[in-house]
Amino acid sequence: MKTYTTRFGSLADYQKGTIDLIDDDPKRYAFSNIFEVASTSRPYEKVAVGKNRQYVVEAIRAEGTSEWRTAPHDEFALVMDGEVEVRLRKLGPDDIGPTAERGSNALPGTPGGPKMGRVIARRGHMTLLPVGAAYQFHAARPAVILLQTQDGPDTVHKWAEIIQTVG
Amino acid sequence: MSVTAPIQTGPGEANVDGYHSFRLGEFKFSRDEYFVYVEWPTGKHVMSADAFLRALQRDVAWQFFYGIVNFDGVVGTVNHYGTVDLFAGRYNDVYRKAELDHLENFSTALIKSTFEEMLDDWTNDGFDPFASPTETGSAFGIKRGNNRAAITRHRVTAARMVSMPGDEPLRTNDNGHPINRHFLDVPQDEPVKEAEPGFEAEVNAFNFFAYLSRSQVTWNPSVVSVCGDSLYCPTTEEYILPIIHGNDRVEWFIQLSDELIWQVEDRDTGAALAKVTMRPGDVAAMPADIRHQGYAPKRAMLLVWENADPDLPALISSGQLPSVPIVI
Ligand SMILES: [Fe+2]
Repeated sequence: MKTYTTRFGSLADYQKGTIDLIDDDPKRYAFSNIFEVASTSRPYEKVAVGKNRQYVVEAIRAEGTSEWRTAPHDEFALVMDGEVEVRLRKLGPDDIGPTAERGSNALPGTPGGPKMGRVIARRGHMTLLPVGAAYQFHAARPAVILLQTQDGPDTVHKWAEIIQTVG
Repeated sequence: MSVTAPIQTGPGEANVDGYHSFRLGEFKFSRDEYFVYVEWPTGKHVMSADAFLRALQRDVAWQFFYGIVNFDGVVGTVNHYGTVDLFAGRYNDVYRKAELDHLENFSTALIKSTFEEMLDDWTNDGFDPFASPTETGSAFGIKRGNNRAAITRHRVTAARMVSMPGDEPLRTNDNGHPINRHFLDVPQDEPVKEAEPGFEAEVNAFNFFAYLSRSQVTWNPSVVSVCGDSLYCPTTEEYILPIIHGNDRVEWFIQLSDELIWQVEDRDTGAALAKVTMRPGDVAAMPADIRHQGYAPKRAMLLVWENADPDLPALISSGQLPSVPIVI
């Protein structure tokens, strides 16, 4: 019997696809690769790779320990490569909480609310970052997170650098 | 081309092959052993019964989806979210120029119930329109039984995230979701979850790739996580997308595993625009003025990312929003 090999990508091993143009402008497809983007990002830089009005999908290079962050809505972190520890705490009465209408913002220190718990997520695992909580990522080795969120104060838009512009 | 429909035996009666015919306004649908025939006042069309049923299945299950569901280059539907256009040749430059195209608008309830009856009547025992060609029996031949269990499958629509308490459950062998033959090598480990007392419901994570490896169907985006109107609709793809999807808004694709090839055409004329080959980690937008059909040589995991905001089609068609997501 034939055995099938499922191919996933990683920082160490990805091969970007192509746009073959017949009659169009490649920029319309905003074509990028999550691993290529994360390979040149600073740790925890939130680079938008998808945008649909106020909603974004961000490619995040997880490396070391992030700041604590919170958002006024749920977010979802999908690990695309490596292993990431997600630490969750409730916000305390003295914490600033979400400062923007959408997207996440950093907190100045460790939030004052009770510890909720933690998740250790590897490639393919999706973790809920629940509204009302704060979260911190930790990755001993470079990893990649794809974050489903909204366009916030720290979302980085560097489309001209990341997308294919010639066919 | 001359197309001859099977001879009608009379309203309400099955034809010689055992299949009923259906009418919607001035459209008439009939099938025989191999083909489906569509007739309207200015033309007629023929499709393989296999391809037609695969397309019909998606249109019904997705409640007409976002925008246009082209069954092929001639017939299809346009969703107006409450009513639906059924058309022939409307999005085909040659039919339009020859003035042979036809379009009628129906209440969603009427076209949905007619399509559901047609799908039920024309789907034979052993044929699963959602399955890949090598995982199902034949659509062809004279009428034999039905496959009601397959064509009325539950469509996954998570309210917050799959695996949350009270939300869509994980897939297991026990609930009828063994690992697909193409995904036997996908790790099935679950994330480590350590919740403090009282926070068990909110400290939640699941193996998204393992969940997809257990999908029993192909080309069926289903909601797995929800952030406002931002919906993650992953799907597993093998062989050819049975419809050509015409967008009424921008849609995004994130390739999670393996490879897909997208044929992209102008939404209104069908003129070829581009071929997009996507590999793991690739992200691409499908602009709001195109239509696309995907090809998957091996079963692949695709994350379809939708914005379900009901205002988008009007904002785009009126020119208040561009048809592309990013303007550089
Ligand atoms: Fe689509």
